[in-house]
Amino acid sequence: MDTTGDVAAPDGAHCTGCGSLSCIGCTRTLDPPRFCPQCGRRLTVAVTPGGFRARCRDHGALAPT
Amino acid sequence: MSGDTTNSPTPTTVTLSPPRRGEPVRPDIEPSAARARIHAAETALLDDRRLLTGEELTGLAALPDDYVTSLAALAHQVRLSWCGPEVEVEGILSAKTGGCPEDCHFCSQSSQFDTPVKATPFLDADEVLQAAEETKASGATEFCIVLAVRGPDERTMQRILELVPMVQERTGLNVAVSAGLLTDDQARRFGEGGVHRYNHNLETSRSFFPNVVTTHTWEERQETCELVRAHGMELCCGALLGMGETDEQRIELLTQLQDLDPTEVPLNFLNPRPGTPLGGEQPVAAWEAIRWIALFRLGLPGVILRYAGGREVTLRELQSMGMTSGINALIVGNYLTTLGRSADEDLQMLSDLRMPVGALTGVL
Ligand code: SF4
Ligand SMILES: [Zn+2]
Ligand SMILES: [Zn+2]
Repeated sequence: MDTTGDVAAPDGAHCTGCGSLSCIGCTRTLDPPRFCPQCGRRLTVAVTPGGFRARCRDHGALAPT
Repeated sequence: MSGDTTNSPTPTTVTLSPPRRGEPVRPDIEPSAARARIHAAETALLDDRRLLTGEELTGLAALPDDYVTSLAALAHQVRLSWCGPEVEVEGILSAKTGGCPEDCHFCSQSSQFDTPVKATPFLDADEVLQAAEETKASGATEFCIVLAVRGPDERTMQRILELVPMVQERTGLNVAVSAGLLTDDQARRFGEGGVHRYNHNLETSRSFFPNVVTTHTWEERQETCELVRAHGMELCCGALLGMGETDEQRIELLTQLQDLDPTEVPLNFLNPRPGTPLGGEQPVAAWEAIRWIALFRLGLPGVILRYAGGREVTLRELQSMGMTSGINALIVGNYLTTLGRSADEDLQMLSDLRMPVGALTGVL
């Protein structure tokens, strides 16, 4: 399994790993998203044994990828 | 001689995994001396059934890389002899994430560092029960409710004491708790309240601890560990390798764990977290991790030695080798703030290794 490959943020989106617009993507494969791709705010994330839920204050739940 | 190619190295594009910062250079030793050390450890652990001393462990830790497979093979035999073939499977849940006032330099949940992890309140009972059901579905026997706190306040105590019997009754799982430093009275209440096992990690040796935590002491952690045992709970007391500690300090930790006599030792490898003081460290090298898994088993022959955080990043394809180097338990699924590989992959690995899943209790 690739555990270190970076996942690129799509054009115009905030990076879900650091929230930056300019970051080309620093989310690691085994990290859940931490920042909202729409506004770059920190997400409320609950990691459970079988998955995770991530939610932005303004943009709601992040669709599972 | 031209045309004689028998001794020419085969060209390769593989770059060997380089030693990490702080990884010691281990000088070659006479093969007979190396074998004698391993044989003495085998006699002590399998015939005399006694613990190795710090000095004996130091001798084994100094063996060059070529002997790692010998250490691992012995560790596997020791594990089978002391603990049997079963592997204990556990799921963990961060029921209250982030916002912790402590400053453990490896932790993304400390409020003292600017990390991507946002503080979130205690999950409600339904969410905890659902996570326990997910754990049960993966074939686990143990479920650990974890909170990012220095220690539980009264409200937290009450919520945990409500949740433990609920989870136990709903799923039949053994319920473990990890909620930081405890007072004597809190430990008593958890013991009476059905907490099967309490997790409180020493993380590292007494001599190294002040380098990575300044808001509480190693001795405070040790005291909580002793209270856990005094109140009849099984003690789960883990280690975190790769923070810059030396081999000597890892051996020091091993002897301190021998004194503490926990039922379970979860073995974590640093997964450097952005924003923490240790965020720039490199993960432990895979071969070095196998060496230390074996040494932990040789130092703690009867414990439940659990694969915990960081194994995917540190070991990559060598994860199954850890299972034949002394590990006899694992956390399946996700961790507290990071994701793990799928439970199915782990269960397939155990099936391939012909290792049955089952509940364990310590025999040290
Ligand atoms: S006490 Fe626990 S949650 Fe708090 S900073 Fe230390 S390791 Fe993280
Ligand atoms: Zn980024
Ligand atoms: Zn948003």
